[in-house]
Amino acid sequence: MTPSRAVEAFARRHRYSPLEALPWMAAVGAYFAFPDYLALGAQILATILFALSADLVLGYAGIVTLGHAAFFGTGAYTAGILAAHGWGEPITGLFAGAIAAALLGVLSGLVVLRTAGLALLMQTLVVATMVAEAANKASFITGGDDGLQGMEVWPIFGRLHFDMFGRTGYFYCLIVVFLCWLAARQIVHSPFGRSLTGIRENLRRMHAIGAPVARRRLIIYTISAALAGISGALIAQTTQFVSLSFLSLERSGTVLIMLIIGGVGRLYGVFIGVPLYMIAQDRFSAVAPVYWYFWIGLLMVLVVVFARGGILGLFDRFRR
Amino acid sequence: MHLSDTASAIISIGFHGLAFAMVLYLISVGLSVTMGLMGFVNLAHGVFAMAGGYVLTTLMSRWGLPFLPALLAAAVAVSLASLPIERLLYRRLYGGEELDQVLLTMGLVFMSVAAATYVWGPLQQPLQPPPWLSGEVDFGVRSFPAYRSFLILCGAALVTALWLGIERTRFGARVRASVDNLRMAQSVGIDTSRLFMTTFALGSGLAGLGGGLGADLLAISPSYALQNLAYFLIVVAVGGLGSIRGPFVAALLIGIADTGFKYLLPEFGAFFIYALTLGVLLWRPRGLFGRA
Amino acid sequence: MRCGRFVVALIIVVSATCALLPRRAPAQTVVKIGLISSYSGFVAQAADQAQKGIDLYLKEHEKDLPQGVKVELVRRDDTSNPEVGKRLAQELITREHVQLLTGVILSPVAAAIAPLTAEAKVPLLISIAAGGSAIPRISPYVARVSFTLWQQGYPIGKWASEQGWKKAYTAVSDFIPGHDSEEAFTKGFRDGGGQIVGAVRMPPANPDFAPFVQRIRDAKPDVVFVWVPSVQATALVKAVRDLGLREADIQITSAQDLLPEEQLPAMGDTPLGLITSGNYSTVGERPGNANFLAAWKREYADGAIPNFLSVNAWDGMVAIFDLIKATKGKFTGDEAMAFFKNWKNPDSPRGPIMIDPETRDIVQNVYIRRLEQQNGKLANIEIATIPMVKDPWKEFNPPK
Repeated sequence: MTPSRAVEAFARRHRYSPLEALPWMAAVGAYFAFPDYLALGAQILATILFALSADLVLGYAGIVTLGHAAFFGTGAYTAGILAAHGWGEPITGLFAGAIAAALLGVLSGLVVLRTAGLALLMQTLVVATMVAEAANKASFITGGDDGLQGMEVWPIFGRLHFDMFGRTGYFYCLIVVFLCWLAARQIVHSPFGRSLTGIRENLRRMHAIGAPVARRRLIIYTISAALAGISGALIAQTTQFVSLSFLSLERSGTVLIMLIIGGVGRLYGVFIGVPLYMIAQDRFSAVAPVYWYFWIGLLMVLVVVFARGGILGLFDRFRR
Repeated sequence: MHLSDTASAIISIGFHGLAFAMVLYLISVGLSVTMGLMGFVNLAHGVFAMAGGYVLTTLMSRWGLPFLPALLAAAVAVSLASLPIERLLYRRLYGGEELDQVLLTMGLVFMSVAAATYVWGPLQQPLQPPPWLSGEVDFGVRSFPAYRSFLILCGAALVTALWLGIERTRFGARVRASVDNLRMAQSVGIDTSRLFMTTFALGSGLAGLGGGLGADLLAISPSYALQNLAYFLIVVAVGGLGSIRGPFVAALLIGIADTGFKYLLPEFGAFFIYALTLGVLLWRPRGLFGRA
Repeated sequence: MRCGRFVVALIIVVSATCALLPRRAPAQTVVKIGLISSYSGFVAQAADQAQKGIDLYLKEHEKDLPQGVKVELVRRDDTSNPEVGKRLAQELITREHVQLLTGVILSPVAAAIAPLTAEAKVPLLISIAAGGSAIPRISPYVARVSFTLWQQGYPIGKWASEQGWKKAYTAVSDFIPGHDSEEAFTKGFRDGGGQIVGAVRMPPANPDFAPFVQRIRDAKPDVVFVWVPSVQATALVKAVRDLGLREADIQITSAQDLLPEEQLPAMGDTPLGLITSGNYSTVGERPGNANFLAAWKREYADGAIPNFLSVNAWDGMVAIFDLIKATKGKFTGDEAMAFFKNWKNPDSPRGPIMIDPETRDIVQNVYIRRLEQQNGKLANIEIATIPMVKDPWKEFNPPK
């Protein structure tokens, strides 16, 4: 390959392709096609952001975490507590959630990221469990098991109310998630992002070339925590409720599963994995609630056996 | 000899913690060895323990088998049942992506929840210990519940047997060699594929045994594998992968310290094992006796 | 001419077809009711017990509905997550157009749904959840037919102090339902002149209760009040046995969550003599209960055992059917609430029950029961009755 060709190929990889507009157009289309499902849609969008944040650490930096719900829940409770105590402005609430989650991300990252492998996994699990315990103990602020009561989220820009039909909530989530996705995409395609891939694939080489590995991992962990915090705040604001389940191990595990099913490390796997999982769960729980576990478990096993690399991995194989 | 109240309380706590530790150990030791040997993140390990519990209680209540034979039968049944799962599913992912292993085993866990609900219903399965294990045993100084004493004895016996097995037999030597350096072991002619299979079956059988024995402490219900996953993972991570001793010490630590702290500082008792895990893993990321 | 004949033939054919078409049935009124429960998650057991009660009532009493009125129960699983429960309630209201919501096991789910009911004017009749005494205050469209934790905690506290037991200790699960039960018992015991010598709160996810039961022993109270969610009941009872609380002469009291009837066979003889407060026991002697049990045996011949959850859910359906019968299935949210506020059922399996028009919460008998052998089986024998108890928390905390 001639040098100019190589540069061209490289530049092409990072330019925006029309295919990338597809999920967003679908999301806008869904607003008109499924007016009765907007509440579910908003939750799917916010969860896509959550899974995206997990993809940054998992797929790009190779940090396997079972505790991402800690950031999600922190963002949610921050926005929620503000709204329950008189400051219901949604956008500043989002920022507050992001900052609180990022703070937790930095602090826990300093402790947790010293290790790798199973130890890292366990550390993230342990930190998340302790955060959940603390939230339960602090029930005078968080509402504990009963959940946070009395959230009053003000209309956006003073004009757009959060109503029961979920219209405002849907577009609010759509726009926020879009902006965050743009940011994530920029990060992934930047030199910083590419160095993360290096860290994931060949740690020793990265050390050898003098890359500040530990610092980079901490930075991406913090950014990911902030995005997870925003997704938590989104759900808190659109449902006007926060509970301890936002911090649960189940939530951390579920987002991981959705991510893996869609395809890890590709930034677009989340657009497939999250809606697939959540819509399937919604349909199943309407029909056969108890046996949801069986079918999703079977799906997971089948994905591993036949569709390694997630659903996007399947697409790749077909393309070749 | 008449014990003061405090001394009596401490002994009682220590005793119960020990019993809890034994159950944790029995279930987790298999996980430690297979994770260390095969490098496989088996989050579904709890399913084997749960299966052991279900088989035991069903054999006893539905078919009237006495306790000990039913227990052995449960361990053997689970061990045999684990073989096809290993061959068909797990084998594909040895040396593979951790995430795929996580997804596969979580999928199995979910399926087990539904299957258990379908077959046995959502209620907890009661374990009725046999009459010779009910009531209390007088150790002179004070008496202890018979069943818990039995648990501790079993645990101690099994640790010894495992240790002897790992340290003194050829099979054990092969396992140790493969854990230390898989490629070398293969080049020396060890049939690692067979080894994995046997070790996996053994580990699962032990888990089944632990699940059955510990049914009194860790109740057998469809969500068993999910509820207790964190405990098993903590024991294995703190103890270190691929070792027999590691999970034992970790289980002791967790079992006794958890019970002890809950007694002394109940408000914060739950935090303690997590703080402990955090600390140990920071100090020794490979666990206390980790080799892999 | 040919044209004309063709037209005539067409007319004959069309009218003949119309005459032969099946007559459209008279318009049926279908009352759609949203049932939200936690079918998956750690309370699946409880959901199952409650569901059996609901299904049984539907089966037995569907025929009692007025002519042309049908009930359609739309079931949804909140997977033990309050925000899912809230979204499901939203969808049931906007998509399925349910006329009312019922069920709900977890009080956080009820708390999440309550504000919706006011916005949509769709009533929520809580028929299972017991936590959150303040929930009916969140919205005027919420009523409860099950029970509240204070309703069972306070009376037993008071009763215990009247038995000559001076010192009490409490041991509860460290989350809000546990705290509520602890506060309720403590107030009741103190109001009766007793003294609380200590309290311990146990972590919610806890397999082994030995250390906490040991603390109870150390404190040497006359009586101890324990409260854990019913899924942990067996484990706690076992710890009580293993640490010999009874031998230490400590009377053990709790609420009915500790000795649900379907778990009694698994507990052996240990809980004999345990005293609990509750609103339903399978051996309660009243005609409403006899009828209920007979129907239950007919339907669930495989040995399923009813408990208070089944009866509470059953009573929820009774209230709803009474509403439908009174309004022939056509009612607005306001009309439904007006009906519920004045609803009474003197013949429930639990005895006479009614909804308090002021608080929209349940008023019922609270029974003090002791676990004894009866006809070779363990049963909660009612030894005392505190009649028509209103939710004490609301009495002590009037709205501001």
